[in-house]
Amino acid sequence: MGVPMRQRSWTCYAARVSTTAPIAKSAAPRHAAVVRVTHWLTVIAFFALLISGMEIVISHPRFYWGEVGNVNTQPAFVIPIPSSRGSVPTGYKFEMPDENGWSRYLHFEAAWLLVLTGLVYVVYGLGTGHFRRNLAPARGERSWRDYRDVLRKTLRREKTDAAEAHTYNAVQRATYLVVIFGLIPLVIWTGLAMSPAFTAAMPWVVEALGGRQTARTLHFFVSWALVLFVVVHVTMISMAGFRSRMRAMVTGRAAAREGA
Amino acid sequence: MKPVTRRKFMTAGIAATVGVAGVAVADRLARRYGLLPPDDGGIYGPGETLTYAAQRILGRHALAREFPRSMISATPFLNPVAPPSDAFKRSQASGFSDWRLAVDGMVAHPGSFSMADLKSMGTRSQITEVACEEGWSYIAEWIGTPLRDVLQEVGVHPQARYVAYFSIDHDWWDSMDMGDALHPQTLLTWGMNDEDLPVGFGGPLRMRVPRQLGYKNVKYITRLTVTDSMKGIRDGLGSAAPAGGYSWYAGI
Repeated sequence: MGVPMRQRSWTCYAARVSTTAPIAKSAAPRHAAVVRVTHWLTVIAFFALLISGMEIVISHPRFYWGEVGNVNTQPAFVIPIPSSRGSVPTGYKFEMPDENGWSRYLHFEAAWLLVLTGLVYVVYGLGTGHFRRNLAPARGERSWRDYRDVLRKTLRREKTDAAEAHTYNAVQRATYLVVIFGLIPLVIWTGLAMSPAFTAAMPWVVEALGGRQTARTLHFFVSWALVLFVVVHVTMISMAGFRSRMRAMVTGRAAAREGA
Repeated sequence: MKPVTRRKFMTAGIAATVGVAGVAVADRLARRYGLLPPDDGGIYGPGETLTYAAQRILGRHALAREFPRSMISATPFLNPVAPPSDAFKRSQASGFSDWRLAVDGMVAHPGSFSMADLKSMGTRSQITEVACEEGWSYIAEWIGTPLRDVLQEVGVHPQARYVAYFSIDHDWWDSMDMGDALHPQTLLTWGMNDEDLPVGFGGPLRMRVPRQLGYKNVKYITRLTVTDSMKGIRDGLGSAAPAGGYSWYAGI
């Protein structure tokens, strides 16, 4: 991707200059080292969890509400795919290979990577003011109109100014906060609610959700919400200039002269 | 690229040293307090160890959730197993009157118990959920003899750390640590929902470990071995599960 791509770069990084964070023309990196490292560790954990999670779902592609659910009970919904277990009635004549063993090993190891990386990131973010400065809604960008403006500009693919490369706009900030403090904690919570030993120690974790099968079904939905986020995230990055955004998240340097 | 400053270099050096020392100390502590699972090697070893250690620190004595009688599943799922062996069929024909549970290993009085012996030792019932690693679950009342009553009867040596349990099917076995073995809800189960435990659900004798997933609840138990290490037993991984790709600890 060359110059034309760069010229069409508007959205991903802020429609407006944040009044609380003046643009640093100095050597300050676009993304701090801790942010970059935890970002890529989270990417690794996310895809390991997604692939292994899908394999685990294949062994029982039926979902239920409440405490219990099995092939003898009414499902809330069924994913119309073949199963890796012959005991699940799917309507298909063949069985998928059983991949649950390594999938479970990988799922929980990747879950630890996600949790530990997340802890480092959150401690860093609170300690350095990263959340307050970069992710909390910027002063003067807290009305509904600000969100609407960003969405309109994005959808119309309007050009925005060069400051975009150095800060996040209102919609980006809201989205990242929902993912970091909403969806990821929720996916961890609903996952832990399926652990028989964890719920022995802390029964409220599953009881507050309304039962083990409800926890499993919510875990599935929240996972897809995260997939949706990743798809939009990568799409926006591609629109804004994939190479410059990747360089910023890998090396920390924003593309200063590109206006990207 | 900016040059690396001395301060940065030293900070990184100290951080790396602390990190390596921290892992070494954590490993020593994990060994001392029995927080390493038998399948702690390989690329999934760190994840398994973290999971097992965290769960043991979090709630060694916590009780699995129990449910009211009204929540017992009307149609529990009967998970099919391999067809029974000839030895099993012979015992079944006699109403399991000749079924024996042998107990050996690190015990003061190795022995062998009939179903009547077990039932005379102590009875406990609980209404708990069986949850399979595939995702399905059901609730039933389980009636049996607490494993710890059997272990008290035979006198477990203080250095014992695991109880291995074997099915009549040679390839089906598993093990648990003493925390689960002495746990009041761990039952050598012979009854279900006020009846004898049906063969399909593991009768005449099934290990019920409600703080772990379904596959630790091995059916048709004939032998227990008490040991201080899983190294000498079969493939040394503590269970038939790791050989099949599944983790030894199934509390998650």
